[in-house]
Amino acid sequence: MTMTGDKDRRTDLCSRFTEKATAVSAVVRQIATINDAFAYCANLCGTGQEKIIAAPGLESSHYDLLADQCGKNGLTCINSGMRGHLSGVDIGFTMADIGIAETGTLVINCPGEELRLATMLCEYHICVLPCSKIVRDAFAADQQLRTYMRKAPNYTAFITGASRTADIERVLALGVHGPLELHILLLED
Amino acid sequence: MQNAKDLKEYRCEMQESLDNTFLRQALDTFAVAYRGSRAKAFAGFDINRLVADVAAAKDAVLPRLDELFREFKKNAEAAGVTVHFAKDADEANAIIIRIAQETGSHKIIKSKSMTAEETLLNHALEDQGLEVTETDLGEFIIQLRHEGPSHMVMPAIHLSRHQVGDLFTDVTGARQEPDIDRLVKVARRELRAKFIDADMGITGANFAITETGAIGLVTNEGNARLVTTLPRVHVALLGIDKLVPTLEDALKILKVLPRNATGQNITSYVTWITGANECASAPGRKKDIHFVVLDNGRLEMAKDPLFSQVFRCVRCGACANVCPVYRLVGGHKMGHIYIGAIGLILTYFFHGPDKAKNLVQNCINCEACKDVCAGGIDLPRLIKQVHVRIQDTKGHPLPSLLLGQVLKNRKLFHTLLRSAKWAQKPVAGSDGFMRHLPMMFFKEHDFKALPTIAETPFRDRWPGLRMEVAKPRVKIGLFSGCVQDFVYPEQMEAAVRLFADHQVGMTFPLSQSCCGLPLQMMGEAKTSRDVALQNIRAFAQEDVDHIVTLCASCASHLKHNYPVLLADDPKLADQARVFAAKVIDFSSFTHDILGLQAKDFTGDGRRATFHSPCHLCRGLGVHDAPRDLIRAAGLEYKEAAESEVCCGFGGTFSAKFPELSAELLKKKLDNVELTGAEILLTDCPGCIMQLRGGLKKRGSQILVQHTAEALACRRKDK
Ligand code: SF4
Ligand code: SF4
Repeated sequence: MTMTGDKDRRTDLCSRFTEKATAVSAVVRQIATINDAFAYCANLCGTGQEKIIAAPGLESSHYDLLADQCGKNGLTCINSGMRGHLSGVDIGFTMADIGIAETGTLVINCPGEELRLATMLCEYHICVLPCSKIVRDAFAADQQLRTYMRKAPNYTAFITGASRTADIERVLALGVHGPLELHILLLED
Repeated sequence: MQNAKDLKEYRCEMQESLDNTFLRQALDTFAVAYRGSRAKAFAGFDINRLVADVAAAKDAVLPRLDELFREFKKNAEAAGVTVHFAKDADEANAIIIRIAQETGSHKIIKSKSMTAEETLLNHALEDQGLEVTETDLGEFIIQLRHEGPSHMVMPAIHLSRHQVGDLFTDVTGARQEPDIDRLVKVARRELRAKFIDADMGITGANFAITETGAIGLVTNEGNARLVTTLPRVHVALLGIDKLVPTLEDALKILKVLPRNATGQNITSYVTWITGANECASAPGRKKDIHFVVLDNGRLEMAKDPLFSQVFRCVRCGACANVCPVYRLVGGHKMGHIYIGAIGLILTYFFHGPDKAKNLVQNCINCEACKDVCAGGIDLPRLIKQVHVRIQDTKGHPLPSLLLGQVLKNRKLFHTLLRSAKWAQKPVAGSDGFMRHLPMMFFKEHDFKALPTIAETPFRDRWPGLRMEVAKPRVKIGLFSGCVQDFVYPEQMEAAVRLFADHQVGMTFPLSQSCCGLPLQMMGEAKTSRDVALQNIRAFAQEDVDHIVTLCASCASHLKHNYPVLLADDPKLADQARVFAAKVIDFSSFTHDILGLQAKDFTGDGRRATFHSPCHLCRGLGVHDAPRDLIRAAGLEYKEAAESEVCCGFGGTFSAKFPELSAELLKKKLDNVELTGAEILLTDCPGCIMQLRGGLKKRGSQILVQHTAEALACRRKDK
């Protein structure tokens, strides 16, 4: 495939992903660098309040940058000890491993309990998805998913939009158990 | 839950649902909204192919079940899971109780599992003094109300926000307004505390993947993620039908399941768990994890040549969503634990004939469920077959036996019909309706006027009608069915006149009889086969290209069921296939074969609408032909809302469940009247009987006709 063909395909996948994720009430934003993601996260919280941001899955250089940014805004950033915050944190900040364009789905490989809890116990979930990791549909990620599952123990999550229920009168309500909002930051890489 | 002793008690219970205005309104809105969102979710996909993929993946599992279970167990255990096999519900519950005892678990949280509902797990756990909390919002609500689910996917669909508000007021001790968003937040708060305290989490599973020993959970709320993460023990209870060899198979099912269930492209969460994951509250930070694989009649079902297709069920609940009976009475009346079409079948296998005996009769055979099933299961056929099995072991009720005896003997049947003509004399009005119903009908039939038996049946008129066509462009045999032969012969005559204009060579074999569908509906399998054979023999000597019938139900039965009814005898089965291949309904024949167009008619521009008989649109897949013909005939066609939803006739169904039949009819006629049409057309004499009777009762002036009549009286050169 030619370079331009590749690029077109990628843009196409990105816009399909965005369309589908937005349709299930996720907030999707394009960002140019990972630093933009940290700024986005810190800004979402506002300043001067006692807010907690959990980012257990980040590699240490990234975590330091985020913690730095949060510190400037007077926010608390943690990368472990989620069990100490079972009543919930304000923001869970994660990186996605795969994006599925057909359904606007994030795939997060999270055998580690801290990361898993960060995606479940937050009010807002912010997830960075590098554009290069978006595939057409789940079948296109089959090999990668199998690799995760073969390396037991494993916990792999497909996350599409915020936690939702329609159990009362079929009226859609968000955030019944998990995050009230899902923000996806598409990183151009 | 089904505890009704007999049909009468069951009917009483259903009346309660019919009187429940909230339930009726909720299910009505849902039925209409569901159709739209499902269509949207599948837009751009070839649904039939996706369904065929699911069916093929599931069918491939059947012969390999033992091997796949062993492989699953091996792989799951290698990853640190303990896998248990439970032969029935009691055994499954006992295993889970033992795990609770051995792990010292007292507080249990659950995410939604139909399999746990099936084994009545909560009761068993609570009997041991264990505290069980359902965390799925709907399940939480019905647990607090001590009820079972009324839908497989939306367990509390029968309740209003006011009922939930009152319930939460009781539970929290503080006044809770009936505001859905706020009620959801109340549940979030109440349940969060339960998650934190729990020792053990119980889930179901949508997939058990043998190649990796992983399970997959398909959920929306995110509670299953917490249930599988926070407590130190995790037990997943799953039916052995959840086994699939590969992740790819699971993904094929995942592509259809949420789209078919709720019209979502995918649920908010799909969770794949392999082995004993990290768990900070467990000794050694390792989750104590158990999979309990349940048989409970499934293995026997897998070996059954007919019922093994039930394994294709992915529990999407769609067969309830589209079922006109479910829409009227709701899940508590249309299932024991599993709901809807599949519920009627599973109740028999999982909970026994006593629980199923009334339920299985409550199917009008409209085929709406079959049409949307995610696994392509022939649900109406299986429902009938359960009925047959129950009757064969429990004994056949007298009316059903009598009908069988009468229909088996064509001469006797026809003699009875002819004498009914005399019997009804004193009560028949001059307008073709009975003034008062003869004794043989129940009083509940009063919602519609019943037609009288015709003065001269079609078979007696035929000798005067038949004409030799010198060079026929096509040769057909006419199959009248009993209603058009004895009640509405004029419809057959209309078709004959229309066909005669277009060089159609026609025969009408006199030894033909009832198609046998009423027998099938009554669960009389043997006589149904006898009658099929009679009809095949009646046409065997005729040199015809097509067998044309004006009755969609007859057509669908002759075409699809005859080959199955005679499948046990290879020679007869061959004859049945040849016969079935020739069967065609009136509109398809006139439209597709004769190709009649506007130039063949002189229209009068009157406004007409069409009721699509179940067995025409779903049974035969015919949608456009009759509508095109109506337009071609020069009528102004106006589509009615829900034109493909059942009118409530369903043959013997309307005699067994007159209240339900009346409600379906009411809805149908409301939609018809809204079109402002003067003429209501349809392609089935049974529907005509129902529709005409209902409109007559309303005092409506709308003319109900068979499409053949409307076309015949607008022929160009008549
Ligand atoms: S055939 Fe019609 S009435 Fe019977 S279960 Fe299916 S949808 Fe319901
Ligand atoms: S029988 Fe078919 S439609 Fe009904 S729940 Fe099962 S898969 Fe869904």
